[in-house]
Amino acid sequence: MSRKQIIIGGVGDEAGRRADRGGGGAADDSGCPILHVDMDAFYASVELLDRPELKGTPVIVGAPGARGVVLSATYEARRFGVHSAMAMTRARRLCPVATVIPPRHGRYAEVSRGIREIFEAITPLVEPIASDEAFLDVGGARRRLGPPALIARMIREQVAERHGITCSVGVASSKFVAKLASRACKPDGLLVVPADQVVEFLHPLPVGALWGVGERTEQALVRLGIRTVGDLARVPVATLQREFGAVGAHLAELAWGRDDRPVVADAPDKNIGGEETFPHDVDDPETIRRELLRLSERVAARLRAGGHVGRTVSVKLRRSDFTTITRSRTLREATDVAKEIYDTARALYEAAGLERVRLRLVGVRVENLRPAATATRQLSLGERETGWREAELAVDRATRRFGPEAVRPASLVRPPSGAMGP
Amino acid sequence: MMFRIDRDVLAEAVAWTARSLPARPSVPVLAGMRLEVTDDQRLKLSGFDYEVSAEVTLDLQTGEPGVVLVSGKLLAEITRALPAQPVDLVVEGSKAVVTCGSARFTLLTMPVEDYPSLPSMPPAAGRVGSDMFASAVAQVAVATGKDDTLPMLTGVRMEIEGDTVTLAATDRYRLAVRELKWQPEPSDFQAIAMIPGRTLAETAKALGGTGAEVEIALSSVGGTGEGMIGFSSSGRRTTTRLLDPEFPKYRSLLPTEFSAHADLSTASFVEAVKRVALVAERNTPVRLAFHGGEVVLEAGSGDEAQAVEALPVEFDGDEINIAFNHQYLLEGLGAIDSDVARLHFTTSTKPAILTGGKPVDDGAVEDYRYLIMPIRLSS
Repeated sequence: MSRKQIIIGGVGDEAGRRADRGGGGAADDSGCPILHVDMDAFYASVELLDRPELKGTPVIVGAPGARGVVLSATYEARRFGVHSAMAMTRARRLCPVATVIPPRHGRYAEVSRGIREIFEAITPLVEPIASDEAFLDVGGARRRLGPPALIARMIREQVAERHGITCSVGVASSKFVAKLASRACKPDGLLVVPADQVVEFLHPLPVGALWGVGERTEQALVRLGIRTVGDLARVPVATLQREFGAVGAHLAELAWGRDDRPVVADAPDKNIGGEETFPHDVDDPETIRRELLRLSERVAARLRAGGHVGRTVSVKLRRSDFTTITRSRTLREATDVAKEIYDTARALYEAAGLERVRLRLVGVRVENLRPAATATRQLSLGERETGWREAELAVDRATRRFGPEAVRPASLVRPPSGAMGP
Repeated sequence: MMFRIDRDVLAEAVAWTARSLPARPSVPVLAGMRLEVTDDQRLKLSGFDYEVSAEVTLDLQTGEPGVVLVSGKLLAEITRALPAQPVDLVVEGSKAVVTCGSARFTLLTMPVEDYPSLPSMPPAAGRVGSDMFASAVAQVAVATGKDDTLPMLTGVRMEIEGDTVTLAATDRYRLAVRELKWQPEPSDFQAIAMIPGRTLAETAKALGGTGAEVEIALSSVGGTGEGMIGFSSSGRRTTTRLLDPEFPKYRSLLPTEFSAHADLSTASFVEAVKRVALVAERNTPVRLAFHGGEVVLEAGSGDEAQAVEALPVEFDGDEINIAFNHQYLLEGLGAIDSDVARLHFTTSTKPAILTGGKPVDDGAVEDYRYLIMPIRLSS
């Protein structure tokens, strides 16, 4: 089977035509140094490499249990309305014939690293957004490798040849237009939006397509009768500022295709977090606190392993009806100590007023990261010279020798409800 | 009820009383200021928010007894703006009319019968000079915590042992201790009280500057119940509820032996710290390297802006590198009230003590000590 067979139906055909138009050298790519490269149905495509008999059928990647969430789905499955981040139970109802494959993150990371190598051979200006998505600024590679559209074609060929999966590439003058372009030509497509045609490209799109316009903002815009990017562009900036504050001015810029955010190479980890979906919704505060402790331990160990400290701790709490709240607090000083992260996470949970509310998922995240080498610590009166941090560093050493569960807080020795199962 | 009084006298008394009025009153009457003309021709102005009470008593030339409650904030604004002429206040039905020169204000009155009665002054415990008291309180209050979730650290601890009063406050990162002499009654009076820091600082400041003495009154001495402390001076009195007397055992935390000390000109030290701190974010350190006759101050690090400055120092002991929160250091230098600042050290992770140019270890009782915990650098 050739990789083209992954594309079936109208969406793929249309993208293919556009890809010809964009990649054929007809479009003017002279002012378009920014590429957005996005793997098509990445996890699902990788799974199909190892299970070729499933090609052309609906496949969903995600934990198969009743509590799982769709991480990726083939386009065959998407046509049933399945999309990522959807609850697995709903996805199965929509597409009962789909094959559900549990995720193998190690395998995806391996492919992702290979793809990253392709990018880095082209330009040092690679900004990964996720394991399957990156921005590239190829402005400096023009002389060596040719114009951006040609480079985009090269990337698509190399990814397909070396890794057997397809990707879509948007080529444009700015990051957010490039991202919209890759989305518009998905899957297996290539679209160049020439610098002088950005406005024509943008204005027919729904406002929700703009980067930074979430569900809330979109609803607010629609209430004002603003449905397309073109509608938005015609609203006076002052009106937008009145309605949306500083975001309003930013929206007006985006509506005219103005976005000067540069591609930032190798952006260091901006945050480190973890979350856990309970096997059953949980309303017992003790169980939730224990899970927060487990996540805090994990996040702190990752911070220390990466040589990071962070100042902002946030918790994510998702109720059984999927409504989600996030609360964060910025500490006095950056930390990589599980005890401090947990104390903050727990205080945030307790202040959120969700004790006794049934929760589906909790998450702990540390943001505002900086290198641990620059971290300082304000000592306090009567404090012991060796504290929690030293204890946790000792735990790190023990787990390196004896495995990840060698030393744990006593309250986590009893398996948390997450591990007990139904 | 009516009275006539000098504008300046009234404006000052109203402003002083209004200080204790709550910004967001829990019940509407607490926004009021109570004005009472007594049978013996005195005007009493009072305010109360269940925590703090304030009352001023003034002598009157002309007045008819009675009592009225009006908006304290509005009265304070009006009296401040009045021309320099005698002020008349007359109650007419449910209105209070303020007349001064050709200006006339009509204020609504509030139901005075709903107003809580002010706590009575606790029994007197002793007297202290108001200026000395104000400066001592200011020196200590600088170290109180600002985090209301830790009430124990927002207070100033007052320990009375006969003729010695010790004030102490800490926010865990620094500790300020000041001893002062006073005249207790009886002479062997002993007590411990935790006073809300912000209220104490404002009260001491408001009573200072007159040169008069402050009388301190204390109830529920050493007990755990609803203790109260009162301060009175020149016709003004204020009371405040005490906090739980729990406090860190700070005396054992004050180091008594040091490996080095440094004497610096307070003014040039302050200037230099302020300059290098321009590149330091909040809660980040200023690093001090004491070496020979010089201290090198540095702030900022890595790929951020950096600053460095050197100052002459009289240094005695083991050389040391130590880092402090620049704000804590500046607040301490501002509090020592001396031209020469002396820093005493042990090691770079042990508390340092800032005093005003006098040795700590010569056995004499030290007036003021400002302990400051260093910032540990990761390297």
